[in-house]
Amino acid sequence: MSRKILLDKINVPGIKTYEVYRKEGGYASVEKAMKSMTPDEVVEEVKKSGLRGRGGAGFPAGMKWSFIDKKSGKPRHLVCNADESEPGTFKDRYLMEFIPHLLIEGMITSSFALGANLSYIYIRGEYMWVYKILERAIAEAKAAGWLGKNILGTGYDLELYVHCGAGAYICGEETALIESLEGKRGNPRIKPPFPAVSGLWANPTVVNNVETIASVPWIVNNSGDEYATIGIGRSTGTKLISASGHVKNPGVYEIELGLSVYEFMNSDEYLGGMSSDRPLKALVPGGSSVPILPADLIYKTANGEDRLMTYESLSDGGFATGSMLGSGGFIVYNDTSCIVRNTWNFSRFYHHESCGQCTPCREGTGWLEKVLWRIENGQGREEDIDLLWSIQSKIEGNTICPLGDAASWPVAAAIRHFRDEFEYHVRFPEKIKNRNHFVEEPFAQVKHLVTKQTV
Amino acid sequence: MKVTIDGQEIEVEAGTTILQAARMIGGESVPPAMCYYSKLQGSGGKCRCCLVEVAKGSDADPRPMPKLMASCVTGCMDGMEVNSKQSDRVREARQSVTEFLLINHPLDCPVCDQAGECDLQDLSFEHGKSKSRFIEEKRTFEPEDIGPNIQLHMNRCILCQRCVQVADQLTDNRVHGVMDRGDHANISTCISKAIDNEFSGNMIDVCPVGALTDKTFRFKSRVWFNKPYNAHRECTTPGCCGKTTVWMFGDEIQRVTGRKDVYHEVEEFICNSCRFDHKDPSDWVIEGPREFDKDSVINQNNYTQKLDTVTIATEEGILKGREQDRKKISMLAIPLDKEDQEKFNHGNL
Repeated sequence: MSRKILLDKINVPGIKTYEVYRKEGGYASVEKAMKSMTPDEVVEEVKKSGLRGRGGAGFPAGMKWSFIDKKSGKPRHLVCNADESEPGTFKDRYLMEFIPHLLIEGMITSSFALGANLSYIYIRGEYMWVYKILERAIAEAKAAGWLGKNILGTGYDLELYVHCGAGAYICGEETALIESLEGKRGNPRIKPPFPAVSGLWANPTVVNNVETIASVPWIVNNSGDEYATIGIGRSTGTKLISASGHVKNPGVYEIELGLSVYEFMNSDEYLGGMSSDRPLKALVPGGSSVPILPADLIYKTANGEDRLMTYESLSDGGFATGSMLGSGGFIVYNDTSCIVRNTWNFSRFYHHESCGQCTPCREGTGWLEKVLWRIENGQGREEDIDLLWSIQSKIEGNTICPLGDAASWPVAAAIRHFRDEFEYHVRFPEKIKNRNHFVEEPFAQVKHLVTKQTV
Repeated sequence: MKVTIDGQEIEVEAGTTILQAARMIGGESVPPAMCYYSKLQGSGGKCRCCLVEVAKGSDADPRPMPKLMASCVTGCMDGMEVNSKQSDRVREARQSVTEFLLINHPLDCPVCDQAGECDLQDLSFEHGKSKSRFIEEKRTFEPEDIGPNIQLHMNRCILCQRCVQVADQLTDNRVHGVMDRGDHANISTCISKAIDNEFSGNMIDVCPVGALTDKTFRFKSRVWFNKPYNAHRECTTPGCCGKTTVWMFGDEIQRVTGRKDVYHEVEEFICNSCRFDHKDPSDWVIEGPREFDKDSVINQNNYTQKLDTVTIATEEGILKGREQDRKKISMLAIPLDKEDQEKFNHGNL
């Protein structure tokens, strides 16, 4: 049984309410931080813990905190990014829905560390019921004196608000989130200046994921060094994984980083293996934005080592043979699923969610989607596969924000690892016009039709 | 600060962007800019046409920047080395951005009033391909009336958002903006309002393509049939300089615009009264012909050039062609040897 940090108390009845949460030792980190530590010491603990941003990029949180401009004298803000919209990721919702006070506690401790007197939780519009849960939790915390003026008699003031987004994936990008929070159209800003210098209302701002902030109370309570003992190398601590797809037990799991992918997939404590006797075909280990892995690269890396659930091991081999941990949206596919259809579905999402500000992403995502739709519906041409490759390479790296990259990586990986499946779609349009074409006839049975025969 | 762009060094002040430095040098290395407009704050960074490669970050930190940078929003650092047109990577990126801009563009230049002074035409002339790889149906929008003076062709728009910035920074009440998102993002008024601000006409001048055109000039003439003159008048509108370019056809003023420099940016913004309401030559004091750069299509009709007698070479060409044909089809007196017969069969004798 592995250590639980975030979901430790999740099964305590009534943990949603303030009374139970407090009785279970909640808000201890706020007391500890405010009474016995200086803000810089809290930042130092987080730095020592090696906690990395859980939103997808994996940037060290302590480092991000230390970049915040404290010299200018402008008011500082902490913004919690709860705009979790990545297809395949639903860990933040689970955390906020079932243990909302953990996030509030993390927000208070983190705001204290950053010297922020006005902090926000930006939650996606579709999580309206979670928004209400958080609102109630904040009201409870405020009534108990954890928020407001002069918290615990230390003279530190903090106001915390939940702001509801309006249903745009792009508002999960930190600068677009800030724009949206300011009441503008959610377009990503051009960096520099980075939010740590000029963010919300041109004030220094730190934007962190829900899970990152929720990890802070434990770090403050148990010290950063203790946190750093969990995990392997630079991947410290625990991570929430949202598992979905063709597995026996889908759901949110807290794992210690460094667990092997094989164990996570097959152990009864976690996913418990595939949902049926159909074999594993592919895996998206970190949400829709990361490259898909074919079956032979899931449990072992290209050089034969065990693949572990860490930032480093999952990206071992670069994009040629690796992927990314991303935000932890673990999507498992068995051989009934069609990679082309799946890629089209992801592309459709990015086409729909592109903000339309910069050219490559605005025009390219739509083009990708249309070409993939044609291939999936039996109207593909042989040159379309190279065309897709060309389009995605032209989007990647040329856009303002990472959405363009996120739109092109899944397409690139699908073509890289499953090119024969694309060829099958192009060459046998009659076969794939059936929506469930791989259910009766998995690709392994028809693969010989597109591979070169050697007699 | 010293910056090197495509091997040419220049001293610039702190805070200068790479694009501005490149414009100071001038010539081939100036990146194309579809959305950046030096007179508008907050413009730039969107179209990605001006991407450049930073081969050396600065003297202090000589690492190259991994990604291509938008030169219009990237500040110069001391000792920075930038590759613009000489880098293959940059040229390729510009070609791809051009391709992206054109896939949903209607390519209706033959009926577009902007043709001849269109930035997208210039861009595709330099970086575009003659063949399209886009076989899908183009995205289109319903036509929308945005007021009595300005014609909006949303299908042609490249979403540079310059017109939004004009409305924000020149007029006191913006009624239009970007609606929707992704490739359905469009410029529109909220909700179906007319744009009637006194400085709204400048949206036409800043529009790099034919998305916003002058209704009083609509379908009147191709721009290269007009003769541009610098002109001015005593304008009573507060904030208007009254200095314009009038586009004449004979004695008729067909269009009035701001005075545009080599980067197609107006020198000073003008009011709607100058632009739309004063089309009588007696309203204006004509200063003299407006100069244009030598590659401009407007120069095709240039009156400042020396007029030589035109020789029409058609007849000569026809005769030459006939002579070639005659040689090809006529029977030869002496049969050809094998080698000449081969050439003859291919028609190059």
